[in-house]
Amino acid sequence: MLYSIEEFYSILPFIILSTGILISVLIEMYSSKSEKILPWFSIIIFSAAGFYSLLTVNSMSVIMQGMLQTGGIPNIFHFVFNFGAAITCLLSVDYIKKYGAFFGEYYILIQISVLGMMCMAGAKDLFMIFIGLEVMSVSFYALAGMNRKRLNANEASLKYFLLGAFATGFVVYGIALIYGAAHSTSIDVITASFPAMSGNVIFLAGVLLFLIGFSFKIAAFPFHMWVPDVYQGSATTIAGLFSTGGKAAAFSAIIASLAPLFAGSVHVFMPYLAVISVLSMLFGSIVAISQNNIKRMLAYSSIAHAGYMIIGLAAGNHAGIAGIVFYLTAYTFMNLGAFGIVSLIEGNGETNLDLNSYAGLSEKNPMLALLLSVFMFALAGLPPFAGFFGKYYVFISAVKGNITWLAIVGVISSAISVYFYIRIVVLMYFRDSQSGFTIKNSSAGMLAVIISFMLVILLGIIPGSVINLISSFLN
Amino acid sequence: MSLELFLFLVFAAVAAVSGILMITRSEVVMAALFLILNLASLAGLYLLLNAQFIAVVQVIVYAGAIMVLFLFVIMLLRPEHEKIVTKISGIRTFAFIIAALVFVQLAYVILKSHPGSALNSDVTASVNAGTVESIGTELYTNYILPFEAAGFLLLAATIGAVVLAKRKFE
Amino acid sequence: MIEQYIPVFLVIAFAIVFAVLVVFSSKLLGPQRPTPEKLSTYESGMKPVGSTHERVSVKYYLVAMLFIIFDLEVIFVYPWAVKFRILYNEIGTSVFVSMLIFLIVLELGYLYVYKKGGFKWE
Repeated sequence: MLYSIEEFYSILPFIILSTGILISVLIEMYSSKSEKILPWFSIIIFSAAGFYSLLTVNSMSVIMQGMLQTGGIPNIFHFVFNFGAAITCLLSVDYIKKYGAFFGEYYILIQISVLGMMCMAGAKDLFMIFIGLEVMSVSFYALAGMNRKRLNANEASLKYFLLGAFATGFVVYGIALIYGAAHSTSIDVITASFPAMSGNVIFLAGVLLFLIGFSFKIAAFPFHMWVPDVYQGSATTIAGLFSTGGKAAAFSAIIASLAPLFAGSVHVFMPYLAVISVLSMLFGSIVAISQNNIKRMLAYSSIAHAGYMIIGLAAGNHAGIAGIVFYLTAYTFMNLGAFGIVSLIEGNGETNLDLNSYAGLSEKNPMLALLLSVFMFALAGLPPFAGFFGKYYVFISAVKGNITWLAIVGVISSAISVYFYIRIVVLMYFRDSQSGFTIKNSSAGMLAVIISFMLVILLGIIPGSVINLISSFLN
Repeated sequence: MSLELFLFLVFAAVAAVSGILMITRSEVVMAALFLILNLASLAGLYLLLNAQFIAVVQVIVYAGAIMVLFLFVIMLLRPEHEKIVTKISGIRTFAFIIAALVFVQLAYVILKSHPGSALNSDVTASVNAGTVESIGTELYTNYILPFEAAGFLLLAATIGAVVLAKRKFE
Repeated sequence: MIEQYIPVFLVIAFAIVFAVLVVFSSKLLGPQRPTPEKLSTYESGMKPVGSTHERVSVKYYLVAMLFIIFDLEVIFVYPWAVKFRILYNEIGTSVFVSMLIFLIVLELGYLYVYKKGGFKWE
C-alpha cells in the first residue's frame, strides 16, 4: 500500500483514472443520458491525469514496492495516452451516433484501456507489463466489436481477439522463460543479471518470445495480419486509438523492460529488430499504395511507421530510445488527426471511406482539406512538421549505432510512402468532386482535429527542447 | 516405491492417456470431458510439486469454470451439424513440428537442470513459493498494484461481455 | 508433505470406486429384459423427435462468462483469507483496504450487470 504522501502524489494519475472509471460505471448505471455525459466526463478525467503527469514529469520515483516507476519517460507516455484518449473521446461525441454504438460503455472501456497502457509504461516488473497489456487488450477487443450488428465489426473483434491472445501467449511464455533463467520478474534484477545471462539460451529465447509478442501489438511486418481488417472493421475513432495508444503502449512496455538491456554496446537482438524493421517499412509503404479504402491505407501506413520506430530499438542507444518517444508522441497526434478527419467525413453506415470521396474536398470544406493535408505531410515526414523530426531523430540514432544501412532503407521507404500520402492531397485539391455527399457538422470533432493540428505544429516548432527533455531522463 | 512416486506415476499416466484420448475423439463433447480429466490429473501433479495454490486454481478455474465455457460453446455451435469443416493441408505436419519443438525445449531444460546448476539452485525456496501462504504474502504485500489492476481487468471483461452479448440496439 | 493429502486422495479413490460400483452393480444384479420401447429415448411418453444434440441459447454463454469472472474473484480472496490474520498483525489495515478496493471494483461490475439486466432470462 501507500506508505507516504510522496507515493500518493506519484501515483495520483492512476488514482484519478481508476476513480474516474468507477464513477463512470455509476453514471452509466444510474443515468439515462450517460452517453451524453460520459464523453465530457472522460475528457475531464483524461485531461486531469494527462496534465498532472506532464507537470510532475521531473519528479522521478519508484513506488509500490518497486512495481511502478513514475516521472520521466513513463510520465511522457502517460501524457500521450491520456491526451490521445481525450482527443478520441472528443471525436466520438458525434461520431458514434453515426456509427451506431451510441452508449456509455464505449467511454468506460476507453478509460480502462488507458489505465492498462499506463500500467505498461510505468512498469518496473514484468507482472505489471503483463497485467497492463491484458487490461488494455481486453478493453480493445470489446471496443473493436462495439457495433454487434455489423459483420465486419464482429470480424474485426474476433480477429483482434484471437491474434491478440496468441501474442499474449508469446509474451507470457517469454516472461516464464526469463523468470526461469533470471529467478525474478523485477526488471532491475533482470537487467543486473543480463551480463551473466547473455549466453543463456533459455534467457535469450525468453526475451525473443517477449519481443515477438510485442511485435504483434506494435503491428510489425510478419505479425501484421490483423491490422488492416481490424482498423477497417472497427469504428474509425477506435481504429485511431488502436493505432496510436495501442502502439505507443506496446513500445512503452518494450522501452520500460528492455531499454536497459539494449543500452550495451552490442546487443544480440539487433538482427531480429533490423529484419522486422526493414520488412515493416517496405511492406507497409508499398502495399499502402494499392489501397483504395482510406482506413486500410492508414493501417498499412501504421505498419510502416512501426518499422521506422523499431529502427530506434535496433540502434540500441539512448538517442534511439529518445527518438522513439518523440516519434510516438508526434505520430499519436498526427495519426489521430488523420483518423479524426476520416471520422468526420465518414457518412452513416461506413460510407465515404474510399479515396474518391476525398476528390474535390478543398471546395467542399477547405478547412478540413487544409488540416488533412498537414496531417498527410506530417505522416509522410516532410519538414517542418512533427513527423519529419521523429524520423530524423530515429535515423540519426541508427547512424550513431553504426547501422547506417537501416537508416538508408528508412529514407527510401519514406520516399515511397510520400506517394500515397500526397495522392490524397492531390485528390483533394486538383480533382473535381464525384459524389455529392454533405459533411455533417461536428464542432466537438472539429475541436479535436484542431487540437491535434496544433500539437503537430508545436512539436514541429520546438522539437529540440522536447528531445532534450526526453534525453535528460535517459542519462 | 515411495508414495509420491506412485502418485506421480498414476497422475502422469492418467494425464498422458486422457490427453491422447482427447485429441483422437471425433465426438467433441467426449474430447472436452477427457480434457477435464487431463486438467484434473495435472492438478494432482501440481500438488505433488507442492504448488497447492496452482492445484486449487487448476481445479476451480480450469477444470471447473473454463470447461463449463467450453461445453457451452460446443453445445452452442454443435460442430457436428456444421458441414463446412475443411481439412487444412499440412496441419498435422505443423502440429508435429510444434510439438517436437516444445519437447526438445522441455528436454533441454530438464537435462540441463542437473543438481547444482543455476536452474534448481534454490529448490527449497521454490518449494515454499507454491504454498497458499507464501502466495498470499507476496500478493498482498509486494504485488498489490498488479492485484488491483487485475480487478480492473475483470471489470473490463464484465463490461465487455455485457455490452457485446446483452446491449440492445435501437 | 504429501502425506497430508492422503485423506483427499482417499475421498477421490472412494468416489471413483463408488461411482463405478453403482453404475455396474445395477447392470450385474438387475434383470435385463430390453424391448425397443424401453431402449428408446424417454420424451414424456411421446415419440422422440429430432436429435438430442439441440443448440442451447446464447444466454447460457453470458452466464458462463460472468461465472468465470466471479470465480476468478474468489480465487483472489482465497489466499487473502488464509493469510489475513498474520498480514494484519504485520502491516496493519492496508491488507484489508487493498482487498476492499478490489472487491469494490468487482462488485460495481456485478451491480452493473444486474442493472443492465445481465441476469434476466427474458
